[in-house]
Amino acid sequence: MKSLDDLKKIRDAAQRKVTMRGKNEGIRILVGMATCGISAGARPVMNKLVEEVAEKDIKDVTITPVGCIGECAIEPIVEVLKGDQRTTYCRVDVEVAERIINEHIIGGKVVEDNLIGKYRL
Amino acid sequence: MNELSLHILDICQNSIKANATLIEIIVEEDTISNLFSIVIHDNGHGMSKTTLTQVADPFYTTRTTRKVGLGLSLFQLAAEQCNGSLVIESEEGHGTHVVATFEHDHIDRAPLGRIEDTLTILILNEAGIDILYQHSYNNNRYVFDTRDIREVLGDIPLNDPEVLQWIKQHIKQGTTTIYKEETT
Repeated sequence: MKSLDDLKKIRDAAQRKVTMRGKNEGIRILVGMATCGISAGARPVMNKLVEEVAEKDIKDVTITPVGCIGECAIEPIVEVLKGDQRTTYCRVDVEVAERIINEHIIGGKVVEDNLIGKYRL
Repeated sequence: MNELSLHILDICQNSIKANATLIEIIVEEDTISNLFSIVIHDNGHGMSKTTLTQVADPFYTTRTTRKVGLGLSLFQLAAEQCNGSLVIESEEGHGTHVVATFEHDHIDRAPLGRIEDTLTILILNEAGIDILYQHSYNNNRYVFDTRDIREVLGDIPLNDPEVLQWIKQHIKQGTTTIYKEETT
């Protein structure tokens, strides 16, 4: 069983990291988590993104669940906000989520296959 | 939605939109009286009587991007399919109380599923709301409260990736333990 002592160790380790950051620095990843997103499979996608960021120890990335942008037919939708650049991915599944982390977040190259422009009716 | 925990995630988004600061999620499984119940209680801004009569209507929604809102309608359907019901109580300024009941052994009752995933996603919400999760199975009970975690963490945020993984494991283990038979 995970104990509170483990949690205290994590806290102490985190306190040693001196990286303080403002709210708008770094990369933000938004995952549509309204009824449409959830039914289309947004929860495992978000989960995968969180796991990847933790496993690969990627800094300055925040992942946030958000509402619906009105394109329910092409959910799950994931948006990557980096500086003034906004990339919207749709029909994202666990594999695409992994690609977004590896190719876009780490590699700096947009995953063209799932860009919203290819799916919008 | 093939897991009840997905419905919980969905309904809690309403609480977040209602500016709640605390969401209480209580899951009770009672195999003796064959009852599975989910209570979601928030301290958000609540609803007026008129809104309350419309919420379970699929063609009622407060969102502006579309004309349909299926969250509560789907949850109600899931409960009624299992000879249960969905009851919503709310008062403006006093939060909202949602109770869904199911027959525990009903063939159409979806499993609770990965509740740890639902809870970690709720924790990642920007508003920084607190979450109390209480899950009981007959006489066994597991309780998780973000306020307790915050107390241990001090100024380390709950959304720290390592903290999140700890939380997820804790919930997963805790909710598995309650299904184990008591040794007397």
